[in-house]
Amino acid sequence: MDLPFDVVDLGAADHPTEGEQAPDFRRPLVTDEFWEDRALSELTAEGPVLLVFHPMDGAFPATYMYNELRDRAVDGEIRVVGCSVSSPYEHKTLIEDREFDVAVFSDPKNGVAEQYDVVHDLDGMTGVAEPRPAVFVVDEERVVRYAWVAEEWPEFPDYDELEAALDEV
Amino acid sequence: MSQPAITLYRLQACPFCERVVRKLDEYDVAYQSRFVEALHSKRDAVKRVTGSRTVPAIVDGNTGVTMSESGNIVEYLERTYGPSAAGADEDTATAGGS
Repeated sequence: MDLPFDVVDLGAADHPTEGEQAPDFRRPLVTDEFWEDRALSELTAEGPVLLVFHPMDGAFPATYMYNELRDRAVDGEIRVVGCSVSSPYEHKTLIEDREFDVAVFSDPKNGVAEQYDVVHDLDGMTGVAEPRPAVFVVDEERVVRYAWVAEEWPEFPDYDELEAALDEV
Repeated sequence: MSQPAITLYRLQACPFCERVVRKLDEYDVAYQSRFVEALHSKRDAVKRVTGSRTVPAIVDGNTGVTMSESGNIVEYLERTYGPSAAGADEDTATAGGS
């Protein structure tokens, strides 16, 4: 974005990077039909996964991220799973609205973002934290093959770079 | 990690579902919960599995049984996993008899 003022700087994050093991976690995973506890490792055992951390469902960056991934048909290239602090009920609405083949982890206590070191404490919402926008391409061995984490608020992934990374897994 | 053999389709705060959960816990049977829509008409996932949209419903991979309605399920769990289940009987008979 080219704005005549500084956007909020989130600073560098100490997140997992290429070649490192992606932290495993288990949370309710919401599909268009139901939700059940699933572990990331169970998903990666079936194939590579694009893990998308996004702001709470309904915030415009979440909508923008999914729309861009949908427009680039990323769901046809890799299994896409999201993660936000929103409840399963909100995830169901999001999945329906975005018309994108995705399942979304519900993590109201933001523990997964803590594990990945991508926490964003929200200004003006006391006691509420969520993940920074972030994308991780994780392979069958649960190794990070590509990582991008927002350092400004808001900031969006470099989708061309992401797509290039997807060609490599 | 492998999934438990039993899948329980349930609705949050549904007392009939909780009745089944209590029974599963009582017999220490592992199960995977799948939470579905409150809206009956949106429960196609359940209908595909059981032929009906009602919950609770269970799919038992151990026995191949698929079943709806809490009364039926509780009875089935008692029969299959309860203290007087066929397997338990055999164990008792082997241990105590002959």
